[in-house]
Amino acid sequence: MNVLLDLIISTSTQGLIYALLSFGVYITYKILDFPDLTVDGSFPLGAAVTAVMMTNGSNPWLTLPVSMAAGALAGLTTGLIHVKLKVRDLLAGIITMTALFSINLQIAGSNLIINRDVDTIFTSAFVTSFLGSSSLIYRKLIVSLLIVIMVKVLLDLYFMTKSGLLLRAVGDNSVLVTSLAKDKGTVKIIGLVISNALVALSGSIVCHEQRAFSSTMGTGQVVFGLATVIIGTTIFQKFDSVHGTTAALIGSIIYKACMQLAISLGLPANLLKLITAVLFLAILVFGNYQKRHNATLKQKG
Amino acid sequence: MLELNSITKIYNPGTVTEMCLFQDFNLQINDGQFLSIVGSNGSGKTSLLNIICGSIPIENGDVIINGKNIARLKDYQRYSRIGRVYQNPAMGTCPHLTILENMSLADNKGRRFNLSSGINKNRKSYYQEQLATLGLGIENKMDIKVGLLSGGQRQALALIMTTLTPIEFLILDEHTAALDPNTAEIIMKLTDQVVKSKKLTAMMVTHNLRYAANYGNRLIMMNRGQIVLDRAENEKAQTSVDDLLTMFNAISIECGN
Repeated sequence: MNVLLDLIISTSTQGLIYALLSFGVYITYKILDFPDLTVDGSFPLGAAVTAVMMTNGSNPWLTLPVSMAAGALAGLTTGLIHVKLKVRDLLAGIITMTALFSINLQIAGSNLIINRDVDTIFTSAFVTSFLGSSSLIYRKLIVSLLIVIMVKVLLDLYFMTKSGLLLRAVGDNSVLVTSLAKDKGTVKIIGLVISNALVALSGSIVCHEQRAFSSTMGTGQVVFGLATVIIGTTIFQKFDSVHGTTAALIGSIIYKACMQLAISLGLPANLLKLITAVLFLAILVFGNYQKRHNATLKQKG
Repeated sequence: MLELNSITKIYNPGTVTEMCLFQDFNLQINDGQFLSIVGSNGSGKTSLLNIICGSIPIENGDVIINGKNIARLKDYQRYSRIGRVYQNPAMGTCPHLTILENMSLADNKGRRFNLSSGINKNRKSYYQEQLATLGLGIENKMDIKVGLLSGGQRQALALIMTTLTPIEFLILDEHTAALDPNTAEIIMKLTDQVVKSKKLTAMMVTHNLRYAANYGNRLIMMNRGQIVLDRAENEKAQTSVDDLLTMFNAISIECGN
Protein backbone atom coordinates (compact mmCIF):
# COMPACT_ATOMS: atom_id res chain seq x y z
CA MET A 1 0.00 0.00 0.00
CA ASN A 2 2.80 2.35 0.90
CA VAL A 3 4.48 1.59 -2.42
CA LEU A 4 1.34 2.60 -4.26
CA LEU A 5 1.01 5.81 -2.24
CA ASP A 6 4.63 6.66 -2.94
CA LEU A 7 4.04 6.04 -6.61
CA ILE A 8 1.01 8.35 -6.65
CA ILE A 9 2.96 11.07 -4.86
CA SER A 10 5.98 10.88 -7.13
CA THR A 11 3.76 10.82 -10.22
CA SER A 12 1.86 13.90 -9.01
CA THR A 13 5.18 15.63 -8.35
CA GLN A 14 6.28 14.87 -11.90
CA GLY A 15 2.98 16.20 -13.24
CA LEU A 16 3.39 19.40 -11.24
CA ILE A 17 6.99 20.08 -12.27
CA TYR A 18 6.25 19.41 -15.93
CA ALA A 19 3.11 21.58 -15.68
CA LEU A 20 5.46 24.58 -15.80
CA LEU A 21 6.51 23.39 -19.26
CA SER A 22 2.83 22.97 -20.15
CA PHE A 23 2.18 26.59 -19.12
CA GLY A 24 4.91 27.64 -21.52
CA VAL A 25 3.50 25.60 -24.39
CA TYR A 26 0.02 26.86 -23.52
CA ILE A 27 1.23 30.43 -24.09
CA THR A 28 2.83 29.76 -27.47
CA TYR A 29 0.51 27.10 -28.88
CA LYS A 30 -2.85 28.15 -27.49
CA ILE A 31 -2.53 31.91 -26.97
CA LEU A 32 -0.02 32.97 -29.64
CA ASP A 33 -0.94 30.23 -32.13
CA PHE A 34 2.81 29.74 -32.60
CA PRO A 35 4.11 26.13 -32.78
CA ASP A 36 7.32 26.73 -30.86
CA LEU A 37 9.88 23.92 -31.06
CA THR A 38 12.42 25.91 -29.03
CA VAL A 39 11.05 23.97 -26.05
CA ASP A 40 13.11 20.86 -26.87
CA GLY A 41 16.20 23.04 -26.40
CA SER A 42 15.17 25.46 -23.67
CA PHE A 43 14.04 22.65 -21.34
CA PRO A 44 17.51 21.01 -21.13
CA LEU A 45 19.00 24.53 -21.15
CA GLY A 46 17.38 25.17 -17.78
CA ALA A 47 18.72 21.84 -16.54
CA ALA A 48 22.23 22.48 -17.89
CA VAL A 49 22.45 25.89 -16.24
CA THR A 50 21.16 24.42 -12.99
CA ALA A 51 23.53 21.44 -13.02
CA VAL A 52 26.58 23.63 -13.62
CA MET A 53 25.61 26.14 -10.93
CA MET A 54 24.92 23.38 -8.41
CA THR A 55 28.19 21.56 -9.02
CA ASN A 56 29.93 24.90 -8.55
CA GLY A 57 28.34 25.29 -5.14
CA SER A 58 25.78 27.98 -5.94
CA ASN A 59 22.69 28.56 -3.80
CA PRO A 60 20.07 26.10 -5.17
CA TRP A 61 17.32 28.76 -5.21
CA LEU A 62 19.47 31.06 -7.32
CA THR A 63 19.44 28.46 -10.12
CA LEU A 64 15.72 29.04 -10.71
CA PRO A 65 15.83 32.71 -11.81
CA VAL A 66 19.09 32.18 -13.70
CA SER A 67 17.58 29.25 -15.60
CA MET A 68 14.52 31.34 -16.37
CA ALA A 69 16.71 34.13 -17.72
CA ALA A 70 18.56 31.63 -19.93
CA GLY A 71 15.22 30.26 -21.21
CA ALA A 72 13.98 33.81 -21.81
CA LEU A 73 17.06 34.43 -23.94
CA ALA A 74 16.30 31.29 -25.97
CA GLY A 75 12.74 32.51 -26.53
CA LEU A 76 14.05 35.93 -27.49
CA THR A 77 16.33 34.31 -30.07
CA THR A 78 13.48 32.38 -31.68
CA GLY A 79 11.35 35.53 -31.61
CA LEU A 80 13.99 37.69 -33.26
CA ILE A 81 14.68 35.04 -35.92
CA HIS A 82 10.97 34.86 -36.69
CA VAL A 83 10.05 38.54 -36.46
CA LYS A 84 13.17 40.40 -37.59
CA LEU A 85 14.63 37.86 -40.04
CA LYS A 86 11.17 36.78 -41.23
CA VAL A 87 11.77 33.03 -40.90
CA ARG A 88 8.65 30.86 -40.56
CA ASP A 89 7.58 30.14 -36.98
CA LEU A 90 8.21 26.40 -37.09
CA LEU A 91 11.66 26.82 -38.68
CA ALA A 92 12.67 29.62 -36.30
CA GLY A 93 12.03 27.25 -33.37
CA ILE A 94 13.92 24.39 -35.04
CA ILE A 95 16.96 26.63 -35.62
CA THR A 96 17.13 27.71 -31.97
CA MET A 97 16.47 24.18 -30.74
CA THR A 98 19.28 22.77 -32.86
CA ALA A 99 21.70 25.47 -31.77
CA LEU A 100 20.76 24.89 -28.13
CA PHE A 101 21.72 21.22 -28.29
CA SER A 102 25.35 22.25 -28.76
CA ILE A 103 25.07 25.23 -26.44
CA ASN A 104 23.69 23.04 -23.64
CA LEU A 105 26.64 20.66 -23.99
CA GLN A 106 29.00 23.65 -24.01
CA ILE A 107 27.44 24.93 -20.80
CA ALA A 108 27.43 21.58 -18.99
CA GLY A 109 30.58 20.11 -20.58
CA SER A 110 28.95 16.71 -20.71
CA ASN A 111 26.08 14.89 -19.05
CA LEU A 112 26.26 15.82 -15.37
CA ILE A 113 25.33 14.06 -12.16
CA ILE A 114 24.90 16.21 -9.05
CA ASN A 115 26.56 14.64 -6.01
CA ARG A 116 24.45 13.51 -3.05
CA ASP A 117 26.19 15.96 -0.73
CA VAL A 118 25.03 18.98 -2.77
CA ASP A 119 21.78 20.51 -1.54
CA THR A 120 18.92 20.86 -4.05
CA ILE A 121 15.91 23.11 -3.51
CA PHE A 122 14.20 20.08 -1.97
CA THR A 123 16.92 19.51 0.61
CA SER A 124 17.95 23.13 1.18
CA ALA A 125 18.08 24.48 4.71
CA PHE A 126 15.15 26.77 3.97
CA VAL A 127 12.83 23.88 3.10
CA THR A 128 14.04 21.50 5.79
CA SER A 129 13.42 24.18 8.42
CA PHE A 130 9.71 23.94 7.55
CA LEU A 131 9.37 20.38 6.31
CA GLY A 132 12.39 18.70 7.84
CA SER A 133 10.39 15.99 9.54
CA SER A 134 8.63 14.80 6.40
CA SER A 135 10.30 12.42 3.98
CA LEU A 136 11.92 13.62 0.78
CA ILE A 137 9.11 12.62 -1.59
CA TYR A 138 6.59 14.68 0.43
CA ARG A 139 8.98 17.62 0.44
CA LYS A 140 9.32 17.34 -3.34
CA LEU A 141 5.55 17.30 -3.72
CA ILE A 142 4.96 20.28 -1.45
CA VAL A 143 7.76 22.43 -2.85
CA SER A 144 6.71 21.66 -6.45
CA LEU A 145 3.09 22.38 -5.62
CA LEU A 146 3.96 25.74 -4.05
CA ILE A 147 6.09 26.79 -7.01
CA VAL A 148 3.48 25.72 -9.55
CA ILE A 149 0.65 27.49 -7.72
CA MET A 150 2.73 30.65 -7.45
CA VAL A 151 3.59 30.61 -11.17
CA LYS A 152 -0.01 29.82 -12.11
CA VAL A 153 -1.43 32.68 -10.05
CA LEU A 154 1.14 35.11 -11.45
CA LEU A 155 0.36 34.00 -15.01
CA ASP A 156 -3.39 34.27 -14.51
CA LEU A 157 -2.89 37.76 -13.11
CA TYR A 158 -0.64 38.67 -16.02
CA PHE A 159 -3.28 37.60 -18.56
CA MET A 160 -5.63 40.14 -16.94
CA THR A 161 -3.24 43.07 -17.40
CA LYS A 162 -3.16 45.36 -20.42
CA SER A 163 0.00 43.64 -21.65
CA GLY A 164 -1.58 40.21 -21.12
CA LEU A 165 -4.73 41.27 -22.93
CA LEU A 166 -2.67 42.38 -25.92
CA LEU A 167 -0.81 39.03 -25.86
CA ARG A 168 -4.13 37.17 -26.02
CA ALA A 169 -5.28 39.51 -28.80
CA VAL A 170 -2.26 38.86 -31.03
CA GLY A 171 -2.95 35.13 -31.31
CA ASP A 172 -6.67 35.73 -31.69
CA ASN A 173 -6.54 38.44 -34.37
CA SER A 174 -3.19 40.04 -35.10
CA VAL A 175 -4.81 42.54 -37.49
CA LEU A 176 -6.52 44.16 -34.51
CA VAL A 177 -3.19 44.56 -32.71
CA THR A 178 -1.82 46.41 -35.75
CA SER A 179 -4.97 48.56 -35.78
CA LEU A 180 -4.23 49.44 -32.15
CA ALA A 181 -0.94 50.92 -33.38
CA LYS A 182 1.09 48.15 -31.71
CA ASP A 183 3.80 46.06 -33.34
CA LYS A 184 2.50 42.48 -33.34
CA GLY A 185 6.07 41.18 -33.70
CA THR A 186 7.07 42.68 -30.34
CA VAL A 187 4.04 41.14 -28.66
CA LYS A 188 4.91 37.71 -30.10
CA ILE A 189 8.47 38.06 -28.83
CA ILE A 190 7.21 38.87 -25.33
CA GLY A 191 5.09 35.69 -25.43
CA LEU A 192 8.01 33.55 -26.57
CA VAL A 193 10.24 35.01 -23.85
CA ILE A 194 7.75 34.25 -21.06
CA SER A 195 7.01 30.79 -22.48
CA ASN A 196 10.61 29.65 -22.72
CA ALA A 197 11.47 31.12 -19.32
CA LEU A 198 8.79 28.82 -17.86
CA VAL A 199 10.03 25.83 -19.88
CA ALA A 200 13.59 26.39 -18.62
CA LEU A 201 12.27 26.73 -15.06
CA SER A 202 10.64 23.34 -15.51
CA GLY A 203 13.95 21.92 -16.78
CA SER A 204 15.75 23.42 -13.81
CA ILE A 205 13.41 21.84 -11.27
CA VAL A 206 13.59 18.48 -13.06
CA CYS A 207 17.37 18.73 -12.69
CA HIS A 208 16.95 19.37 -8.95
CA GLU A 209 14.59 16.43 -8.70
CA GLN A 210 16.69 13.94 -10.67
CA ARG A 211 20.08 15.37 -9.68
CA ALA A 212 21.15 15.06 -13.28
CA PHE A 213 21.45 16.79 -16.63
CA SER A 214 21.49 14.82 -19.84
CA SER A 215 21.85 16.41 -23.26
CA THR A 216 18.95 14.36 -24.64
CA MET A 217 16.45 15.15 -21.88
CA GLY A 218 14.73 17.69 -24.15
CA THR A 219 13.74 15.19 -26.81
CA GLY A 220 9.97 14.97 -27.13
CA GLN A 221 9.18 17.73 -24.63
CA VAL A 222 7.31 19.78 -27.23
CA VAL A 223 5.09 16.82 -27.95
CA PHE A 224 4.57 16.31 -24.23
CA GLY A 225 3.65 19.98 -23.80
CA LEU A 226 1.26 19.98 -26.75
CA ALA A 227 -0.36 16.76 -25.58
CA THR A 228 -0.96 18.08 -22.06
CA VAL A 229 -2.40 21.37 -23.30
CA ILE A 230 -4.70 19.56 -25.73
CA ILE A 231 -5.77 17.00 -23.08
CA GLY A 232 -6.50 19.80 -20.62
CA THR A 233 -8.36 22.07 -22.99
CA THR A 234 -10.35 19.15 -24.48
CA ILE A 235 -11.52 18.10 -21.03
CA PHE A 236 -12.48 21.61 -20.00
CA GLN A 237 -13.69 22.98 -23.32
CA LYS A 238 -17.27 23.17 -22.08
CA PHE A 239 -16.26 25.19 -19.03
CA ASP A 240 -15.52 28.76 -20.03
CA SER A 241 -14.61 29.78 -16.52
CA VAL A 242 -11.72 27.29 -16.19
CA HIS A 243 -8.42 29.04 -16.77
CA GLY A 244 -6.20 27.71 -19.55
CA THR A 245 -3.42 27.34 -16.99
CA THR A 246 -5.63 25.06 -14.88
CA ALA A 247 -6.38 22.96 -17.94
CA ALA A 248 -2.67 22.66 -18.77
CA LEU A 249 -1.87 21.73 -15.15
CA ILE A 250 -4.50 18.99 -15.03
CA GLY A 251 -3.43 17.81 -18.49
CA SER A 252 0.14 17.45 -17.30
CA ILE A 253 -0.83 15.40 -14.24
CA ILE A 254 -3.12 13.13 -16.27
CA TYR A 255 -0.41 12.58 -18.85
CA LYS A 256 2.25 11.68 -16.30
CA ALA A 257 -0.22 9.35 -14.56
CA CYS A 258 -0.96 7.56 -17.85
CA MET A 259 2.75 7.12 -18.52
CA GLN A 260 3.36 5.85 -14.99
CA LEU A 261 0.50 3.42 -15.39
CA ALA A 262 1.94 2.13 -18.66
CA ILE A 263 5.33 1.57 -17.05
CA SER A 264 3.78 -0.10 -13.99
CA LEU A 265 1.94 -2.47 -16.31
CA GLY A 266 5.29 -3.60 -17.61
CA LEU A 267 5.81 -1.42 -20.68
CA PRO A 268 9.49 -1.44 -21.67
CA ALA A 269 11.04 2.04 -21.27
CA ASN A 270 12.28 1.88 -24.85
CA LEU A 271 8.70 2.04 -26.11
CA LEU A 272 7.83 5.16 -24.10
CA LYS A 273 8.23 7.65 -26.96
CA LEU A 274 6.25 5.40 -29.27
CA ILE A 275 3.42 5.33 -26.76
CA THR A 276 3.72 9.12 -26.43
CA ALA A 277 3.28 9.52 -30.19
CA VAL A 278 0.31 7.13 -30.31
CA LEU A 279 -1.30 8.78 -27.31
CA PHE A 280 -0.80 12.22 -28.86
CA LEU A 281 -2.40 11.08 -32.10
CA ALA A 282 -5.32 9.58 -30.21
CA ILE A 283 -5.87 12.85 -28.33
CA LEU A 284 -5.80 14.89 -31.53
CA VAL A 285 -8.25 12.58 -33.29
CA PHE A 286 -10.51 12.52 -30.26
CA GLY A 287 -10.38 16.33 -30.02
CA ASN A 288 -11.32 16.65 -33.71
CA TYR A 289 -14.16 14.18 -33.26
CA GLN A 290 -15.49 16.15 -30.29
CA LYS A 291 -15.31 19.41 -32.23
CA ARG A 292 -17.25 17.91 -35.13
CA HIS A 293 -19.72 16.36 -32.73
CA ASN A 294 -20.29 19.72 -31.01
CA ALA A 295 -20.63 21.48 -34.35
CA THR A 296 -23.37 19.07 -35.41
CA LEU A 297 -25.12 19.61 -32.10
CA LYS A 298 -25.01 23.37 -32.63
CA GLN A 299 -26.44 23.04 -36.14
CA LYS A 300 -29.27 20.88 -34.89
CA GLY A 301 -29.91 23.07 -31.83
CA MET B 1 -6.39 66.85 -43.90
CA LEU B 2 -5.03 63.91 -45.84
CA GLU B 3 -2.85 64.45 -48.90
CA LEU B 4 -1.54 61.91 -51.36
CA ASN B 5 1.18 63.53 -53.44
CA SER B 6 2.61 62.09 -56.67
CA ILE B 7 2.08 58.48 -55.69
CA THR B 8 3.61 55.87 -57.97
CA LYS B 9 2.66 52.26 -57.41
CA ILE B 10 3.93 49.47 -59.65
CA TYR B 11 2.89 45.86 -59.04
CA ASN B 12 5.52 43.17 -59.73
CA PRO B 13 8.20 45.64 -60.84
CA GLY B 14 10.87 44.20 -63.11
CA THR B 15 8.86 41.14 -64.15
CA VAL B 16 6.79 40.30 -67.22
CA THR B 17 3.62 40.87 -65.18
CA GLU B 18 4.71 44.40 -64.25
CA MET B 19 1.66 46.64 -63.91
CA CYS B 20 1.75 50.34 -63.15
CA LEU B 21 -1.41 51.17 -61.21
CA PHE B 22 -0.70 54.72 -60.04
CA GLN B 23 1.52 57.16 -61.89
CA ASP B 24 1.88 60.55 -60.21
CA PHE B 25 -1.46 60.11 -58.41
CA ASN B 26 -2.75 63.01 -56.28
CA LEU B 27 -5.68 63.25 -53.89
CA GLN B 28 -6.55 65.69 -51.15
CA ILE B 29 -9.22 65.07 -48.53
CA ASN B 30 -10.12 68.05 -46.34
CA ASP B 31 -11.09 67.89 -42.68
CA GLY B 32 -14.71 66.91 -42.18
CA GLN B 33 -15.06 65.34 -45.59
CA PHE B 34 -16.77 61.98 -45.86
CA LEU B 35 -15.49 60.63 -49.15
CA SER B 36 -17.03 57.68 -50.99
CA ILE B 37 -14.93 55.87 -53.55
CA VAL B 38 -16.48 53.71 -56.26
CA GLY B 39 -14.93 51.93 -59.20
CA SER B 40 -14.74 48.52 -60.79
CA ASN B 41 -12.49 45.72 -59.58
CA GLY B 42 -8.87 46.52 -60.25
CA SER B 43 -9.47 50.27 -60.46
CA GLY B 44 -7.21 50.87 -57.46
CA LYS B 45 -9.68 51.58 -54.66
CA THR B 46 -8.36 49.04 -52.19
CA SER B 47 -4.77 49.68 -53.26
CA LEU B 48 -5.37 53.31 -52.34
CA LEU B 49 -6.45 52.35 -48.82
CA ASN B 50 -3.52 49.96 -48.49
CA ILE B 51 -1.10 52.68 -49.58
CA ILE B 52 -2.48 55.07 -46.95
CA CYS B 53 -2.28 52.40 -44.23
CA GLY B 54 1.14 51.14 -45.28
CA SER B 55 -0.08 47.61 -46.01
CA ILE B 56 1.65 47.70 -49.41
CA PRO B 57 4.88 49.48 -50.39
CA ILE B 58 4.96 52.30 -52.97
CA GLU B 59 7.68 53.28 -55.40
CA ASN B 60 7.36 57.00 -54.91
CA GLY B 61 5.22 59.71 -53.32
CA ASP B 62 4.11 61.17 -49.99
CA VAL B 63 1.21 60.35 -47.70
CA ILE B 64 0.58 63.36 -45.47
CA ILE B 65 -1.87 63.48 -42.58
CA ASN B 66 -2.32 66.89 -40.97
CA GLY B 67 1.07 68.03 -42.21
CA LYS B 68 2.97 64.91 -41.15
CA ASN B 69 4.42 62.67 -43.82
CA ILE B 70 3.71 59.06 -42.86
CA ALA B 71 4.90 57.42 -46.09
CA ARG B 72 8.05 56.08 -44.43
CA LEU B 73 6.34 54.80 -41.28
CA LYS B 74 5.52 51.13 -40.65
CA ASP B 75 1.86 50.10 -40.87
CA TYR B 76 1.30 49.82 -37.12
CA GLN B 77 2.86 53.25 -36.54
CA ARG B 78 0.41 54.83 -38.98
CA TYR B 79 -2.58 53.39 -37.14
CA SER B 80 -1.96 55.73 -34.22
CA ARG B 81 -3.61 58.34 -36.47
CA ILE B 82 -5.84 56.11 -38.58
CA GLY B 83 -8.79 53.86 -37.77
CA ARG B 84 -9.89 51.16 -40.18
CA VAL B 85 -12.99 48.99 -40.48
CA TYR B 86 -12.48 45.98 -42.71
CA GLN B 87 -14.73 44.17 -45.15
CA ASN B 88 -14.44 40.99 -43.09
CA PRO B 89 -16.24 41.52 -39.75
CA ALA B 90 -13.78 39.08 -38.14
CA MET B 91 -10.86 41.49 -38.69
CA GLY B 92 -11.97 44.21 -36.31
CA THR B 93 -12.50 42.20 -33.12
CA CYS B 94 -10.99 39.32 -31.14
CA PRO B 95 -13.39 36.34 -31.19
CA HIS B 96 -12.08 34.65 -28.03
CA LEU B 97 -12.14 37.79 -25.91
CA THR B 98 -15.31 39.17 -24.34
CA ILE B 99 -17.02 42.35 -25.53
CA LEU B 100 -15.71 44.09 -22.42
CA GLU B 101 -12.15 42.95 -23.11
CA ASN B 102 -12.40 44.01 -26.75
CA MET B 103 -13.70 47.45 -25.77
CA SER B 104 -10.94 47.78 -23.15
CA LEU B 105 -8.29 46.98 -25.75
CA ALA B 106 -9.73 49.54 -28.16
CA ASP B 107 -10.01 52.13 -25.38
CA ASN B 108 -6.30 51.79 -24.61
CA LYS B 109 -5.18 52.61 -28.14
CA GLY B 110 -2.48 55.25 -28.09
CA ARG B 111 -1.50 54.43 -24.52
CA ARG B 112 0.93 51.89 -23.06
CA PHE B 113 -0.07 48.25 -22.71
CA ASN B 114 1.64 47.78 -19.36
CA LEU B 115 1.06 45.65 -16.26
CA SER B 116 -1.90 47.66 -14.96
CA SER B 117 -5.30 46.01 -14.98
CA GLY B 118 -6.51 45.25 -18.50
CA ILE B 119 -10.08 46.16 -17.68
CA ASN B 120 -11.01 49.41 -16.05
CA LYS B 121 -14.31 48.72 -14.28
CA ASN B 122 -15.08 52.45 -14.05
CA ARG B 123 -15.21 52.65 -17.83
CA LYS B 124 -17.69 49.79 -18.23
CA SER B 125 -20.77 52.02 -18.09
CA TYR B 126 -19.21 54.34 -20.66
CA TYR B 127 -18.63 51.37 -22.98
CA GLN B 128 -22.22 50.26 -22.47
CA GLU B 129 -23.42 53.76 -23.25
CA GLN B 130 -21.44 53.75 -26.51
CA LEU B 131 -22.71 50.29 -27.48
CA ALA B 132 -26.29 51.24 -26.60
CA THR B 133 -26.23 53.79 -29.45
CA LEU B 134 -26.12 50.80 -31.80
CA GLY B 135 -29.54 49.66 -30.63
CA LEU B 136 -28.52 46.02 -30.94
CA GLY B 137 -28.71 45.14 -27.26
CA ILE B 138 -25.10 43.95 -27.09
CA GLU B 139 -24.43 46.39 -24.23
CA ASN B 140 -26.14 43.83 -21.98
CA LYS B 141 -23.81 41.02 -23.05
CA MET B 142 -20.50 42.54 -21.97
CA ASP B 143 -19.10 39.23 -20.71
CA ILE B 144 -19.85 37.00 -23.69
CA LYS B 145 -17.18 36.14 -26.24
CA VAL B 146 -17.32 38.22 -29.40
CA GLY B 147 -17.11 35.05 -31.53
CA LEU B 148 -20.69 34.31 -30.50
CA LEU B 149 -22.01 37.52 -32.09
CA SER B 150 -23.38 37.65 -35.63
CA GLY B 151 -21.37 39.22 -38.45
CA GLY B 152 -23.44 42.39 -38.32
CA GLN B 153 -23.09 42.72 -34.56
CA ARG B 154 -19.33 42.19 -34.82
CA GLN B 155 -19.06 44.82 -37.55
CA ALA B 156 -21.06 47.29 -35.44
CA LEU B 157 -18.79 46.55 -32.49
CA ALA B 158 -15.73 47.01 -34.72
CA LEU B 159 -17.05 50.39 -35.83
CA ILE B 160 -17.52 51.54 -32.23
CA MET B 161 -14.10 50.16 -31.22
CA THR B 162 -12.34 51.90 -34.11
CA THR B 163 -13.84 55.27 -33.26
CA LEU B 164 -13.63 54.94 -29.47
CA THR B 165 -10.36 56.84 -29.23
CA PRO B 166 -9.66 60.06 -31.16
CA ILE B 167 -8.40 59.35 -34.68
CA GLU B 168 -7.46 61.75 -37.43
CA PHE B 169 -8.77 59.66 -40.27
CA LEU B 170 -11.32 56.83 -40.61
CA ILE B 171 -11.04 54.23 -43.37
CA LEU B 172 -14.02 52.09 -44.30
CA ASP B 173 -12.89 49.24 -46.51
CA GLU B 174 -16.08 47.87 -48.16
CA HIS B 175 -17.27 47.44 -44.61
CA THR B 176 -20.85 46.49 -45.52
CA ALA B 177 -19.98 44.11 -48.37
CA ALA B 178 -20.02 40.91 -46.30
CA LEU B 179 -23.35 41.64 -44.61
CA ASP B 180 -26.92 40.84 -45.62
CA PRO B 181 -28.86 43.80 -47.14
CA ASN B 182 -30.75 44.66 -43.93
CA THR B 183 -27.70 44.52 -41.71
CA ALA B 184 -25.67 46.43 -44.30
CA GLU B 185 -28.30 49.17 -44.20
CA ILE B 186 -28.13 49.34 -40.39
CA ILE B 187 -24.31 49.45 -40.39
CA MET B 188 -24.32 52.15 -43.05
CA LYS B 189 -26.71 54.32 -41.05
CA LEU B 190 -24.62 53.77 -37.94
CA THR B 191 -21.49 54.72 -39.83
CA ASP B 192 -23.07 57.95 -41.01
CA GLN B 193 -24.24 58.70 -37.48
CA VAL B 194 -20.80 58.02 -35.97
CA VAL B 195 -18.96 60.05 -38.61
CA LYS B 196 -21.29 63.00 -38.07
CA SER B 197 -21.41 62.90 -34.28
CA LYS B 198 -17.64 62.54 -33.90
CA LYS B 199 -16.96 64.95 -36.79
CA LEU B 200 -14.60 62.48 -38.42
CA THR B 201 -12.78 62.77 -41.72
CA ALA B 202 -13.54 59.53 -43.48
CA MET B 203 -12.99 57.60 -46.66
CA MET B 204 -15.29 54.77 -47.71
CA VAL B 205 -14.66 52.27 -50.47
CA THR B 206 -17.89 50.67 -51.61
CA HIS B 207 -19.37 48.68 -54.48
CA ASN B 208 -22.81 49.89 -53.52
CA LEU B 209 -23.54 52.90 -55.73
CA ARG B 210 -26.62 53.79 -53.69
CA TYR B 211 -24.56 54.15 -50.51
CA ALA B 212 -22.02 56.20 -52.44
CA ALA B 213 -24.76 58.51 -53.70
CA ASN B 214 -26.75 58.77 -50.46
CA TYR B 215 -24.01 59.06 -47.87
CA GLY B 216 -21.05 61.35 -47.47
CA ASN B 217 -20.35 64.77 -48.89
CA ARG B 218 -17.87 63.90 -51.61
CA LEU B 219 -17.66 61.14 -54.17
CA ILE B 220 -14.94 59.97 -56.51
CA MET B 221 -15.07 57.30 -59.18
CA MET B 222 -11.88 55.52 -60.12
CA ASN B 223 -10.80 53.67 -63.22
CA ARG B 224 -7.41 52.12 -63.84
CA GLY B 225 -5.63 54.13 -61.20
CA GLN B 226 -7.17 57.46 -62.16
CA ILE B 227 -9.93 59.60 -60.75
CA VAL B 228 -12.55 59.93 -63.50
CA LEU B 229 -15.19 61.70 -61.41
CA ASP B 230 -14.87 63.95 -58.38
CA ARG B 231 -17.92 65.65 -56.96
CA ALA B 232 -18.38 67.38 -53.60
CA GLU B 233 -21.06 69.19 -51.61
CA ASN B 234 -23.99 70.42 -53.77
CA GLU B 235 -22.70 68.89 -56.94
CA LYS B 236 -22.44 65.58 -55.08
CA ALA B 237 -25.89 65.96 -53.55
CA GLN B 238 -27.41 66.33 -57.00
CA THR B 239 -25.75 63.15 -58.27
CA SER B 240 -28.29 60.33 -58.35
CA VAL B 241 -27.71 56.60 -58.35
CA ASP B 242 -28.80 56.49 -61.99
CA ASP B 243 -26.23 59.10 -62.97
CA LEU B 244 -23.56 57.06 -61.26
CA LEU B 245 -24.73 53.86 -62.88
CA THR B 246 -24.62 55.41 -66.35
CA MET B 247 -21.10 56.67 -65.81
CA PHE B 248 -20.07 53.43 -64.22
CA ASN B 249 -21.31 51.38 -67.15
CA ALA B 250 -19.55 53.71 -69.52
CA ILE B 251 -16.18 53.04 -67.95
CA SER B 252 -16.41 49.52 -66.66
CA ILE B 253 -17.21 46.03 -67.69
CA GLU B 254 -18.51 44.93 -64.37
CA CYS B 255 -21.17 46.69 -62.33
CA GLY B 256 -20.45 46.34 -58.64
CA ASN B 257 -23.13 46.05 -56.00
